Amino acid sequence: MIAVLIEHREAQIKDISFEMLTLAHQIANTQKQEVSCIILSDKCQPFADAVKNYCHNIICVENDLLNNFNNQIYLPILEKIITETKPTLTMIGHTGFGTDLAPYLSTKLSMPLLTDIFDVELSPDRLLIRRQMYGGKITAEIISKKLPAMVTVRTGSFEKILTSSSAIKGLNANITNVSFDIDQSILEKSKFLEYGEVPTTGIDITKSDVLVAVGRGIKEQKNLAVIEKFAEDIGGTLACTRPIIDAGWLPKDRQVGSSGKTVKPKVYIALGISGAFQHISGMKSAETIIAVNKDAEAPIFSVAHFGVVGDLLKIVPMLANRIKELKG
Amino acid sequence: MDIIVCLKMVPDTSETEVRVDSTGKNILKVRLINTTNEADNYALETALLLKEKHGGTVTLISLGAQNVDEVLKMGLAKGADRAIRLTDGLFETGDAWTRTYALYQAISKNKFDLILTGCIASDDGNSQIGPSLAALLNIPSAAYVTKVEMLDNTKAKIDRELEGGILERKEISLPAVLTIQTGINTPRYPSIIGIKRAGSKPLDVFDAAKLNIDPKIIESLTELQQMYNPKVEAKAQFISGSDDEISEKLATLIREKAGL
Ligand SMILES: Cc1cc2nc3c(=O)[nH]c(=O)nc-3n(C[C@H](O)[C@H](O)[C@H](O)COP(=O)(O)OP(=O)(O)OC[C@H]3O[C@@H](n4cnc5c(N)ncnc54)[C@H](O)[C@@H]3O)c2cc1C
Ligand SMILES: Nc1ncnc2c1ncn2[C@@H]1O[C@H](COP(=O)(O)O)[C@@H](O)[C@H]1O
Repeated sequence: MIAVLIEHREAQIKDISFEMLTLAHQIANTQKQEVSCIILSDKCQPFADAVKNYCHNIICVENDLLNNFNNQIYLPILEKIITETKPTLTMIGHTGFGTDLAPYLSTKLSMPLLTDIFDVELSPDRLLIRRQMYGGKITAEIISKKLPAMVTVRTGSFEKILTSSSAIKGLNANITNVSFDIDQSILEKSKFLEYGEVPTTGIDITKSDVLVAVGRGIKEQKNLAVIEKFAEDIGGTLACTRPIIDAGWLPKDRQVGSSGKTVKPKVYIALGISGAFQHISGMKSAETIIAVNKDAEAPIFSVAHFGVVGDLLKIVPMLANRIKELKG
Repeated sequence: MDIIVCLKMVPDTSETEVRVDSTGKNILKVRLINTTNEADNYALETALLLKEKHGGTVTLISLGAQNVDEVLKMGLAKGADRAIRLTDGLFETGDAWTRTYALYQAISKNKFDLILTGCIASDDGNSQIGPSLAALLNIPSAAYVTKVEMLDNTKAKIDRELEGGILERKEISLPAVLTIQTGINTPRYPSIIGIKRAGSKPLDVFDAAKLNIDPKIIESLTELQQMYNPKVEAKAQFISGSDDEISEKLATLIREKAGL
């Protein structure tokens, strides 16, 4: 059995759940295994309905204390379910929830954990995964020395599952409701309070057709001015990578990426951006991506349509002049 | 408040090509400069700020060969009180589990209220060690922390980062493990006096035998088969020439695509 932990927040099931189901079926098919979904929630039915045609079994734990994710409450429940149902492979999203939960859970279960994977090959006695290292500059193939094992799955690595796929035609999962007495004292140790949002300054980079995004390659805060002027000249808006925010050079609402904004402009100009997965996941759907980077092997060039290998601090000022000439 | 900070030394690969060595299981480290893992700098700063506000001690732990002392000394210069280095051939050949267990054995021999790690190591990118440590220590943990505020001696209010700029706000009781995300504060530079004082602060080195670790327990659970540079499917169309030519071509391209 392949188990998939369904991720949801504020009554919404997350895309990663359907992406993991695609992967689960890919593996299950070659292995003739069943796919099970695990749902922990205060209201399981809507989530069970959402996945019941995509899996063989659903294990539901319903409890008011499960209305919001809380790693410490999830842990004993999942420990029990996994120990009793013995899935060969347990899949959890490599998300804010999954990274808070999976390493703790796998360690409690003495299970190998492979994180942030984007590919899996499973045979009866062997699990091989592929994942990135060194900010995307290296791919590694790693095997688990024992099974069962656990993986966290990188978001966006698989299409969301489709009912029409031949592997799953006619599936209508058996639902098992498992009751679990949650020890209230867990709340003493770890208590969810609320969801918060990062304050904004009123700029909405998702609305702009042209984004000029800067990364750590701009080196110093004072270099921002030239880029900002250039962005203005071409009717664009300034955006950036996370390290620029971390340094306090620009406000958080300018950040593109998994922990920032997802953008889809007509033109995205990436200046001095390496192209880490967390950044790319926020801009890869831009219509035209132009990247300037002095490292010819920067991962950004694998999503860019046009690339320049060179020093942005030299090229941008010259480019800005050319644009002015063109505009007359 | 006694705080333990886990620091990892990593090669800085952000601006250079990364090549695999002849074993296929490691990268060529020759021209690379080693630094403190980015997120760990923020974890250390978090610890120093908490110490300044609430008193107590900051202990640094790093697992690695002797060159890792550089990272530890930098941390001592910034204001940590003492440092521990774990080193053993057994640790070096291990995986995340091996390293977590070794760190756990060293940490559990110390007094602590809080353990801080980085949320991710920039080399292996596992995001694993912090919460795994908490599981072995049987204490609560929170990953990707972007704010820490002490409510009293035994409780902290924290923000955790989720996708798309959403934060999960929660209360966590100490002792706990927090994995710290970049941007939570502004890491300081060491002062001249700090650097001078660092030399006289304790830096203890332990191997597996000294930590009473049974080699069987720390056997890795996973095995790296091979590494390679990723195969790129759709590579960008490169624009070349002199800087002047490049600017001209880029300008034309941008004018067309942006509809100027
Ligand atoms: C949970 C999590 C969430 C994250 N969320 C995000 C997110 O939402 N958005 C995000 O961006 N990152 C995010 N990150 C960080 C991400 O992993 C990378 O660290 C970050 O994207 C790197 O930013 P960068 O490309 O600006 O810097 P670097 O990786 O340091 O790259 C700088 C680049 O500039 C180039 N360069 C240097 N000098 C020049 C020059 N003179 N001319 C041209 N090129 C030059 C270098 O070759 C290099 O490629 C997240 C990380 C984690 C762990
Ligand atoms: N060798 C090490 N020595 C000390 N701390 C480490 C080591 N490896 C990882 N860590 C800590 O664990 C965090 C997460 O690492 P990882 O799970 O490898 O992504 C790092 O940011 C460090 O704080």
